[in-house]
Amino acid sequence: MPRRKKPTLAVWKFTSCGGCQLALLNREKELLALGQHIEIADFAEIGIRGRRRAYDLSLVEGAVSTPEEVAAIVGIRRRTKTLVAMGACATAGGLQALRNRAGAGQMMGRVYDHPEHIRVLESASPVSAHVPVDLEVRGCPVDGEQLLEVIAAVIQDRRPHLAEHSLCMECKSRGRVCVMVAKGVRCLGPLTQAGCGALCPDEGRGCYGCFGLAETRNIEALRMRWQALRGPENELDRALGAYNPSPTPGKEAGGHETD
Amino acid sequence: MKRIDIRGMTRVEGEGGVSIAFAAEGAVTARMIIHEPPRLFESFLVGRSHREVPDMAARICGICPASHQVAACQAMEAAAGVQAPEYVRSLHRLILCGEWMESHALHAVLMHAPDFLGVADPFEMARSHRKIVQRGLQIKRAGNEIKARIGGRPIHPVNLRIGGVHRSPAPEGLHDLIPTLGLARQAALETLAWAKNLPIPEYVTDAVLASLTSEEEYPMSLGEVITETGERFPAEAFESHIEERQVSYSNALQSRLADGRHFAVGPLARFALNFDRLPPEVQAAAKAAGLTPDCRNPFCSILVRLVEIVYACGEALRLIEAYRGPGPSATPPPLRQGSGRSCVEAPRGLLFHRYTLDPSGNVAAARIVTPTAMNQRAVESDIEGLVQSAKDSSRQALELLGERAVRNYDPCISCSVHALRM
Repeated sequence: MPRRKKPTLAVWKFTSCGGCQLALLNREKELLALGQHIEIADFAEIGIRGRRRAYDLSLVEGAVSTPEEVAAIVGIRRRTKTLVAMGACATAGGLQALRNRAGAGQMMGRVYDHPEHIRVLESASPVSAHVPVDLEVRGCPVDGEQLLEVIAAVIQDRRPHLAEHSLCMECKSRGRVCVMVAKGVRCLGPLTQAGCGALCPDEGRGCYGCFGLAETRNIEALRMRWQALRGPENELDRALGAYNPSPTPGKEAGGHETD
Repeated sequence: MKRIDIRGMTRVEGEGGVSIAFAAEGAVTARMIIHEPPRLFESFLVGRSHREVPDMAARICGICPASHQVAACQAMEAAAGVQAPEYVRSLHRLILCGEWMESHALHAVLMHAPDFLGVADPFEMARSHRKIVQRGLQIKRAGNEIKARIGGRPIHPVNLRIGGVHRSPAPEGLHDLIPTLGLARQAALETLAWAKNLPIPEYVTDAVLASLTSEEEYPMSLGEVITETGERFPAEAFESHIEERQVSYSNALQSRLADGRHFAVGPLARFALNFDRLPPEVQAAAKAAGLTPDCRNPFCSILVRLVEIVYACGEALRLIEAYRGPGPSATPPPLRQGSGRSCVEAPRGLLFHRYTLDPSGNVAAARIVTPTAMNQRAVESDIEGLVQSAKDSSRQALELLGERAVRNYDPCISCSVHALRM
């Protein structure tokens, strides 16, 4: 049997903290083996740049926030077979999209003496606002295990298995006591996509939604629950708007599509 | 040759480049250009509750999130006029040990060592130096395990909060890290013994070195800032000693001392200014690698990072052995109008956070100054000095020299553009 050519991988960073590509580098036990199964053609952080023009898989970290980034993502899309938006910034704008509300112009003026030297778009937006995305891997940061699953799926030419249920299910399957029921702690678990391993309830605190909204969710039901816990009025919207402010459309319980 | 432009540097965190201009009369001017888009943290934190800030500040940097979290917590505690209990400060120090190990191993072995070996990337390096790369990954893993054990996960830990931690780890939950850390320390010593034979270029930086210093310990999150020219000030006075200004070519602000001199922070500065705080066996390991506290050669930072890993492993072991478990459960301090400041030694050097809170406990103003922002002018000055003395070299050789001068400081470009001044 002829040996199949190794698929090519590129890792790109847009406006972000670098944590999602680090989640891949943090797979210390698998990292060297990875190079045997896939050809890393672009990954600037570790010294690999421009070794191929086309990629079987592009992992894209970060939001799109400058005119240069718009041009870059369009080029990457054109040269990529499977484009994966990796992490909260790439899938939902991320924390820096909080700036969108005030408008970049006003915020830049508050920050730089000469904002005219710096070109930014009015908003920081998810990759899918600019080009079609084949797959989303959620999280701030993403879970390294899920990244390896995506890479393995491309190597094996199959669909990856990624969790789509809510974080609540992770707590239940681990036999955790619910922090909201037992301690009255406000938790975003019922709305948030699984994948982190329910880390925050593990530490005795409520989930703050860094994996973004699960595909099926009931926001109004949780709003009522939070109101019963007597927090500030708009607490739920503030929390949902922080780490994943532009979530992908999903199904509200009750059956209608939302965006 | 009139000009060299290096865009899209590799083996650094984030998007940056270098521009070197040659004037007719022989002068060389270098610019460190940061293309990374601004992220406006200081701006969008305004209006958020003080309780949200430590988790949000972590997102400035994926490599050093715990440093930002500790800095944010300490600044808020200062604003509230409280101090975290002793055991919490031990946990802060422990997670910072993990962060130094993880970050230093990533840089020293995977990003910096290829410069000295003349290879492009860690995979190519692994073909000729597999053991070295594996040891680097082993140290990095051990650092990440400390961070995950205390913080739930190594990137953007979820357990630190103002005044304490959400959950105090049980002592036995930390004790089983002891063998891992012993092995990581051994791996660091072996890597240091290997690295001391690398061909290290001769160069002396003209930047003034600055770091935290503390009576009792090698500095991480406590103490005052000192410089090698005798300045000494607490975090409260940081902004009157260090000034920032925007330069037209960079998205990160540049820092200077108040009198205009440029300065450098990071492992080399910490080591030079705090050598006598290192335990005798770490001092001996440093000396055996040819390092003395008068070293001003930024290329030697690879050795200093390895020495700091040896120290961090030993310090983590000491902290874990002394840790007696949960103290009184930490209640968040009462919020009040006011402002607080804090300095932390992130892996790349001094980090400053300042927050001003309004009467309802929301952020009214924030200011964050990162080590990479502080080091920008030192990097440029090093490039100018290095290129000046190697002017007859080929363009390719000068480009490489420019890149190496940048990598000596392990710049974190994502950190540098969170951006400033309210």
